[in-house]
Parts: sequence; C-alpha cells; structure tokens
Amino acid sequence: MKKVRTRELKSNAFLVAISAVLLGLIAGAILMASIGSNPFTGFWYLFRGGLMNIERVGNTLATSTTLMLVGLSVAFAFKTGLFNIGASGQMLVGGLCATLVAHHVILPRPLYLVVLILSALLGGALWGIIPGFLKAKFNVHEVVATIMMNWIAYWSIYYFVPAYLKGPSLETESASIAISQSLRAPWLTNLFKGSYMNLGFFVAIISVLVIKFILDKTTLGFELKAVGSNRFCAEYAGIKVNRNVVISMMIAGGLAGLAGLSFYTGYSRNMQIGVMPSQGFDGIAVALLGASNPLGVLFSSLFFGILQSGKGFMNAMTNVPPEIADTIIAVIIYFTATSVLFKRLWDGLFKRITQKRERELEEETQAEKSVEKEVK
Amino acid sequence: MWLTLTRIFPYAIAYTIPMLVTSLGGLYSERSGVTNLGLEGLMLVGYFASAITIKMTEATLGIQALPLGLLVGVLAGAVFSLLHAFASINLRADQVISGTAINMLAAALTVYLARTISGSGNVRILMGIVRKNIPFFSKIPIIGPLFFSQTYWTTWLCLLIWALSWILLYKTSFGLRLRACGEHPSAVASAGVNVHMMRYFGVVMSGALAGLGGSVILITYSGEFNGTVAGLGFLSIAALIFGQWKPLGILGATFFFGIATTIANVSQVIPSLSVVPPAIFKVFPYVATLLALVIFSKHSAAPKASGEPF
Amino acid sequence: MSHVIEMLNIRKEFPGIVANDDITLQVEQGEIHAILGENGAGKSTLMSILFGLYHADRGQILIRGKEVHINSPNDANDLGIGMVHQHFQLVHNFTVTENIILGKEGSFFLDRKSASRKIKALSEKYGLNIDPDMMIENITVGMQQRVEILKMLYRDAEILIFDEPTAVLTPQEIDDLMGIMRNLVAEGKSVILITHKLNEIKAVADRCTIIRRGKFIGVVDVKTTSQAKMASMMVGRPVNFKVDKKPAQVGRVILDIHDLQVMNNKKMLGVKDFNLSVKAGEIVGIAGVDGNGQTELIEAITGLRPVESGTIILDGNDITNSPIRKRNEVGVGHIPEDRQKHGLVMGASLSDNVAIKEFYHAPFSKHGILNATYLEDYAEKVTTQFDVRSGEGISSQAGKLSGGNQQKLIVGREVVADPELLIAVQPTRGLDVGAIEYIHSQLVAHRDKGHAVLLVSFELDEIFNLSDRIAVMNSGELIDIVKTNETDEQAVGLMMAGVKHKEGAQ
Repeated sequence: MKKVRTRELKSNAFLVAISAVLLGLIAGAILMASIGSNPFTGFWYLFRGGLMNIERVGNTLATSTTLMLVGLSVAFAFKTGLFNIGASGQMLVGGLCATLVAHHVILPRPLYLVVLILSALLGGALWGIIPGFLKAKFNVHEVVATIMMNWIAYWSIYYFVPAYLKGPSLETESASIAISQSLRAPWLTNLFKGSYMNLGFFVAIISVLVIKFILDKTTLGFELKAVGSNRFCAEYAGIKVNRNVVISMMIAGGLAGLAGLSFYTGYSRNMQIGVMPSQGFDGIAVALLGASNPLGVLFSSLFFGILQSGKGFMNAMTNVPPEIADTIIAVIIYFTATSVLFKRLWDGLFKRITQKRERELEEETQAEKSVEKEVK
Repeated sequence: MWLTLTRIFPYAIAYTIPMLVTSLGGLYSERSGVTNLGLEGLMLVGYFASAITIKMTEATLGIQALPLGLLVGVLAGAVFSLLHAFASINLRADQVISGTAINMLAAALTVYLARTISGSGNVRILMGIVRKNIPFFSKIPIIGPLFFSQTYWTTWLCLLIWALSWILLYKTSFGLRLRACGEHPSAVASAGVNVHMMRYFGVVMSGALAGLGGSVILITYSGEFNGTVAGLGFLSIAALIFGQWKPLGILGATFFFGIATTIANVSQVIPSLSVVPPAIFKVFPYVATLLALVIFSKHSAAPKASGEPF
Repeated sequence: MSHVIEMLNIRKEFPGIVANDDITLQVEQGEIHAILGENGAGKSTLMSILFGLYHADRGQILIRGKEVHINSPNDANDLGIGMVHQHFQLVHNFTVTENIILGKEGSFFLDRKSASRKIKALSEKYGLNIDPDMMIENITVGMQQRVEILKMLYRDAEILIFDEPTAVLTPQEIDDLMGIMRNLVAEGKSVILITHKLNEIKAVADRCTIIRRGKFIGVVDVKTTSQAKMASMMVGRPVNFKVDKKPAQVGRVILDIHDLQVMNNKKMLGVKDFNLSVKAGEIVGIAGVDGNGQTELIEAITGLRPVESGTIILDGNDITNSPIRKRNEVGVGHIPEDRQKHGLVMGASLSDNVAIKEFYHAPFSKHGILNATYLEDYAEKVTTQFDVRSGEGISSQAGKLSGGNQQKLIVGREVVADPELLIAVQPTRGLDVGAIEYIHSQLVAHRDKGHAVLLVSFELDEIFNLSDRIAVMNSGELIDIVKTNETDEQAVGLMMAGVKHKEGAQ
C-alpha cells in the first residue's frame, strides 16, 4: 500500500507581507474613525486619488519610480547584510550631480541621457561607498554612519544650491532645468495627460531587472548573498567579506542616486533645500514589505506609490490629514519587524491543517489494512 | 569676544540639554542590552504630547501648564516605547528595524494628530519658560555669566536627573544588575535576576527621557511643535557612542554638539566667524561624529550583549 | 558513611539520545568525589540536573538523606549547592567584587568596601588569593576561576561542583586548584569534580564514579585503583565497526607544519611548537580532548586564523599566510567542526552550498555569469553520490536538512573537489551508524586515491578505526605521534589525559 505524504504548508514572505499590509490598513481605518471620519470613504478617496484617471495613474507611477529605486537600494543592502538608512543623502548627492549635468551639459539626447544617468549613479555610489568603507575597515555601524552622511549631504546642498544653482524666484529652490534637459518626455506627458510621469520609470524597471539579474545569475550576486546570509561560511569558503561590504554599499548608494535622478530631474525639475527627502525612509518600508526581493520591491513600491499619490486627494475630499499614508506605512514596517509573530501564527495554523490531513490519511490507511486482513 | 561667549552659552546649553537627557535615555536602554534607534521618534512623541497638553490647559492653568506638559510628555514617551520593548524583548525582533519603525510611526502619527487639532500640523503654545539668572551663582566671575545666567529651570531638572542616574547606575545594586544585563545576561540570569524585566526598565526609561527631551525643546527654545526634531535623536545616539556609553562621556559629547551647532547657527552674525562658509559649521558636528566613530568603533566600549535578544 | 548527596537511578533523555541511563551517584560528606567519563558520556547532564538546569525524567535526589526537588539554580543555591561552570559566567568589565555580589548585594546602595573586605577574608580562608578590586578582563583565567569559586562560597555553598575545571588552566594553576580543593574539604565542604583527566583524579580525589555512554560503570577508591584501570573503565568498549582498510601506501609529504605557534582567543598560545607532516596515501588522526588547541591548529592551516610564527607548506607551496581561496585552489579541503557556522549557509539552497567554494571559476561560471545548468548537475551528482536526502532536492534549503544529511552534503562537497589534503574535524558528530560508516569509507577511499587526510576527532575509536598514524595533542602541544598498529586505546587515553608516554602507565 503506498503511503502518500501530505504536502507541508509553510508560511512565506508573501503571506507575512499581506498580513502586515492588512494590519496597517486596519490601523489606518481606526485612526480615521478616531477623528470622526468614515474609514470607507477615506480609503475610497485614497485609492481613487491614486488611480482615478490616467493623469493620476501617471502621478502614481512617477511617485512609485523614486520609491522603487530607493526600495531597491535598501533591499540590495539588506540582502547583503547591511542596513542602508543613508538613501536620503545618496538621493541628494545623486540628484545634485544630475542637476549639475542638466544645467551644464548639452549633448544629443541619447548620449545626454547616458551621461545624466551615470552622473547620478556615480554620485550616489560615492555617498554609499564612504560608510561601506568605514564599516569594513573600522567596524563603524552603518546605521549611524549613513545618518551622518544624510545630514552632511543635506547641509552641503543647503548652501551649495543657493550659491551655485540659484533659482530666479525662491531662495529655497534651485533654478529649474529645461524640460529638454529633464527626464520628461513629450510622448509620456501626452500619454498620461500632463502628469509628472517621466523616463525615470523605465530606469527603475530596468534597475529592478538588472539587480534581479545580478542577484540571481552572477557570481557577484552569489558572493554578496553568501556574505549577507552567513559571513562565517562565506569567509570559510574563501570569499573576501570586507571587499563585498564595500561593493554592496557602493551599489546600494548608486541605486539611491538614481532615485535622486528620477526625483529631481524627472518628477520635479529643481531641488528644494531644507528638505530631507522622505523617500529615503519610505524606501525602507518598500524593501521590508517586498521581502528584499527585486520583484517584491516593484510591487510594494507601486502600492506605496498609490498611498503617497492619493493622500492629497483624500485630504481634499475628507478632513483626513495626508499623514495617514505615512502612518499606515509605519505600522506596516512595525509589523514586518515583528513578523516572527505572523510566521508563528500562520505556521501554527498550517501545522494544524497538515496534522488533520495526516490523521485522516492514517485512518484511511488503517481502514484499508483491516479490510485487507479480513480478505486474507 | 567675551560678550559673544556669554551671549551664546545659554543657547548652547539650551540646545544641549534635550540631547543630553535623550542620550541618557539611550544609555539606559543600551546598557540593559537593547539597541534603541527610535529615540528620534520618542522625542517627537514627547514634543507633541507636551504641546497639546499645554495648549489645552494654558488658558486655565497659566504657567502651571508647563510642568504638566512636561509630565505628559514623559509619560507619552514611556508608553510609546513599550512598542519597541515588546518587539525587541518578547518577540526577539530585529531591534534596528523596530527602532526605525518607531521613528516612522511617531513622525507620521504626531503630525497626523496635530493636523486634526490645528489644521497646519503645527501646535503653537503661548508661553515658554522665562529665563532667569540664578541668584548669587550668576555673580561668580567667569562661570557665573556663562552657566548661571539666563537659565531655564528645566536645565537644572535635567542635570539633576543626570546626576541621579549616575548614582543609580553606579552606586546601587539595581544599577549593577542593569549594567550586567547589557554585558552578560546569562550571568545575571544565573544569579537569579529577571533579565527581561530589567530590559523593559531600560527601554521604558529611554522612552521617558527622550519624551522629556522633546518636551524641553518645546518649552525652552522652540515654542511650537513643528513635526520634526531635525535629527536630534540620532545625534543623541551618536553622542552616546562618542561618549562611550558613560554618563560623563555623554555630558561632554552632547555639550560638544550643542556648542558646535550653536556656533553654526550664529556664525553669520559674528564678524570673526562669518568669514568661514556657513556650510562648514553646519556640517562640522556630523563630520566630527564620523571621525569619533572611526576612532572609537574598533575597540568600542559598547555593552557587549546590546542588540542580542536573550 | 553519611552521604551528603545521593542521585539515585537518574534517567534523562533528549531527542534521539539517552544522556543518563539509570545512573547512581553517592557523595560522602567532606570528600572530593570525581566523575570520570569521555566527552559526551553524560557527566555534564548529570550535574546540570543536580544544579537545577535540567529535570530528570526518572530518579531521586537526596540531600543529607532528605528527598529534594531542584527546579532552578536558585533552589540549588538555597540547598547549598554551587557550580563552577566550564564557561565562566563573569561580566568582563566589572570587578571581582561586583561579579561576586551580583544578585546578592545585600542593600540598595552598594557597599563595595565592606563586600571587598568580606571577599578578601573569604579568599584568604580558602587560600584563593584574589584582589577583589581587579577587573575580570585583566585577570588570568586561573584567577577568574577562583572568582567563580568565591561566588559559590559567598553564597554559603556547602557542596561545590567543578565542571572540567582544568580544561583552561596552566599546569601551575592546576596545582593551585588542587590545593584549593583540599582547603575546601578541610573546612568541611564537599567537592564533586567532573573530569576526564586521570592524573588529576589521582592527585586529589578520594573516590571516583565512572560513567560511559550514559551508563554507570562503577565507583572506585582512587588510592587503590591504577590510572590504567580507570582509563580502561572510561574508554573500554567493544569496538563496533572496524573499517575495512588496506595498509597505507604512503607517498610524498603533502602537509608540512614546522614550529607552528598560534594564538587563541584568550591572547595566549593555543598551539605551541607544533611539528607535523602528513603524507600522501595516509590518514593522520589528531587525538585529544576538545579545547587542547585542535581548533586553533585547523584554523591556522585553513586560513581562518593568523599564524604567529612557523610555516605551513602544502605540497611544496608555502601557505602560511595565504588567503583562504588560495589554499582551496592549492588543494586544501575542510570539513569544519561547526557545520552550521562555517560549513553551510543555512538559508541557501543545496546547489548554492555545494558550489560555494568553486562558483567563481569555470565551468561553474563564465565571465561572472553563473552557469545554472552546470551548478544543478554538479549538485545532483554530489547529492546522489552521497545520498543526501532532502524534501525538495537540490533546491531545498540547507537549514531544512537533518544534521546527518547536512554533514553528508559538506563531506560530499569537499570530497568531490578532490583536494590533495582533506581536513576532517569531527566528521561524524551526531550521525547515525549508517552515515558514520559511509563517511568513514569515503575518507579511506580519498586516502586510497593517493591523497592525504588529516582527521581531528574527540572519539577515540574513530581515531583508531581510520588513522594510520595518531598524533596526540594536549595543551596545544604535540605529545607524541605513533603508528596505530603499535599502540592501543589505553596508551593513547593516557597521552590525551596529559600523561606522557615515557612516564609509563601505573
């Protein structure tokens, strides 16, 4: 009599992510209710604000672009065992490099775009390599180091922009770059009826694919993942751990630099000083929700893009403050940090289901055996 | 020159004290074995809670609203920190992520609630602490004008808390046990002490003191809640590392940051300093922190078991 | 005959193993009672039950004739039982006094001065010689151990358990410790000494209970029992599986170690003046009790630890300071002691784990791009050949495999790479009989292919089964190296215990 084994059900990252999102949305609903607003209308307007018409979809995609790139940056660092809170600073530096190129470099469009993208990539990479090096060589914790780098970038931009990139109107803005020098493309703007949608979206999608390729298919990705997963075994196997820490932060910084590119020369066409880009922290949420997986990041950035893009509309139509979106995001992070709880819950549930199935199978087998005996 | 110093010292001190008390909170937490990166968020919580308390009671209570606001800020920070404590101690979550979640949650939630109250997200209070010269002490040559004139009473409160903490941590059996939890929790457990309880105390203290820090900002130099503490919470963590997790060390480190930041703020109006580009001054505290981290991280005196669930 | 402690018919099971099988221990008031057994015999489990860290499945414990239930270390402390652990529970940056009073400070405000005075008096009473105001990280290991002893005395322990206390001491410190134990019983305390070191038992114990593989073998009077007899009771067992082994066909020198000195984590020399050579076609087994420098030696050879002085030459190449990858390329294979820390990436697939040392060159990858097909085929080859069982084949997560299958995977990976020198550290730890036999046959096959095998094991019969020559390590030094067919387990057991061959068995 052949014995059929029941398939083991196990919780996985997707389930944990869904659980966290649900709890975040529930928390949001509670908050809305607590100020006297109807949660259903609140969410209705929130999601409509992001998706209602083609222009809004364009804005959502444009917002998601920056989140996707920062999310990739943080996710990549996580995969290799590092916590990159410095994405904001890396965005600023990458964005500054791109802005400078946009103001001073005139080239045929395809070549120009390459130079523009490279400049942001290198700027961000530089800003990432510094804390990476400090960690590898001096064991400086990357969390505090990257936060310091954030503020150094912030203040450098604060003084650099008015000094060298002064805008004609406001003191707090850089001079706008010409549309032809930005990532805006006429066909996109037409397609999405005048939204902020820009070529940065394709940069982001391509980055997702490139990072996925690196992680899944290359020796570099293999090494970096090994170091992130078990640095002792990596060392035992001959992998140079410190070198990989530096490379990892360099790539993560580069990705955040691209986020700066998409935000400062795509979504908007100037840089505002005195603002620490919040996407740097939202990117952490994107990465965590996407389980540090490039495709997961893609989808979670779209989700968060909807929230961020729609909150203004929701605020206009109801009296719910737009910070609800940030609150929901923060709650989601908290629950992914405590994902242990979910894993236990789901695993416990699955265990009970599996045990029940196995018991039923046992009973069937026993019944068949006793029939066989009788026949004999 | 002298006049300048006497003019900026009170500001420097006012800027230092919230950082000092927050860093002290971080000390409690890390020394008990829990990494707490959420100090920024906890400060915000205290900042916000004290702002709305004072706003709601200043009409009826007058100047008494201020200490009440302070108290509420402390309690709010303590309660909010329970989220981090529960996640880190009972659920053994990644403490860095949990702390970051606290920051994000506080930042979003406080502005959300502030908006529902005031529409703009800022909460302005009508009065702050009136600065006073300490009688007799302010007449002492040199240190009098520097440290004892134009002071806030919260400064003395926080310094008292700092001093009492020093005594608690180093002169009592409770402090001995708390510090042991951050170094070798199994040794403490085998001595019959409840490590989890100790760690809860450490985290809740950090919440209370960071909440105090935020409240002090409000009633001393800020005057209104504006949704951010501009990285002061993270600077407090850096001061903790810079001060090598010792009370005297963080006193020096936070004062260093306080002076540096104040100089940066006033550099444009002081002739001798205005020749240096202001960017240098602004960036200086952070660069200095990085240098300090480089020097101190190799053989860091960090509590050995901090960050590891027990 | 008054027994201060009686542990009667103790049984303790863990999943898959019976650690204590009907063991009886009776300790008299005022004696030093030794518990002798090999690694894994069950001694520590028994004492953990006495100290309240575990509960026995069956059996009774009596203290001075009264039955007691010991549920936690606090209960044990209240009953006057104290344990000096093998791994010290000391806070490195506290003083001696602070460590001793931790948990028993006496008052809210610390009174370090009077505590120090009490401790100083206590230390003088028992000949412990300690400066109460020194920081733990600044005192020697021997002194740290004395702090652990004082901790117990400060809590008025009457019965002191020492768990392998001399594992980390220098010979002089061992003598001091023996003296301290004699002082303790002179003052009316009773001492239980867990150890595998025969000459120390001879030096200081009154009686000795011998445990082997979880079973009680006997109690002897130390004065009238020879070391040889105790050794044979400790290790003597029918050798179950002899590996079918042709005589060694020895060739050129593959591994050559000269005057090697390696520091350990305690900033002392873990390996001293070590000289060894391993030739092609032979298996050299390093015998010794865990903690005598084997770990540091292997880390030095494999590149995980730097060398203070001396040379390591592999097949003519000086690899003393080479990076790890270079050593792998030159022909070093390593089955590590800790399969979870060094051996495998638990969260990665089997195929990734199998490729972890080779992925960076052809045919595993080309121009930086992994050759997924080759990786899969290679992993299939290894897992099939070595019978690695997993839920989802080569894409299973390594962490989901049983310990035995994990080990087979590691052994497979290392053997298939065909290194000139295969280092195997505790290769059959925790494995069932079938897996053990298979791995043993693989090691012999590797040697028969004309390669060199260096085996480190804490199981004496494994050493005897596999090795052509046996090198014995004790305290970081090479005690002696002998041909397997010219010695026996008793002799090697004595060497492992630190007794040099020349001094002869008594």
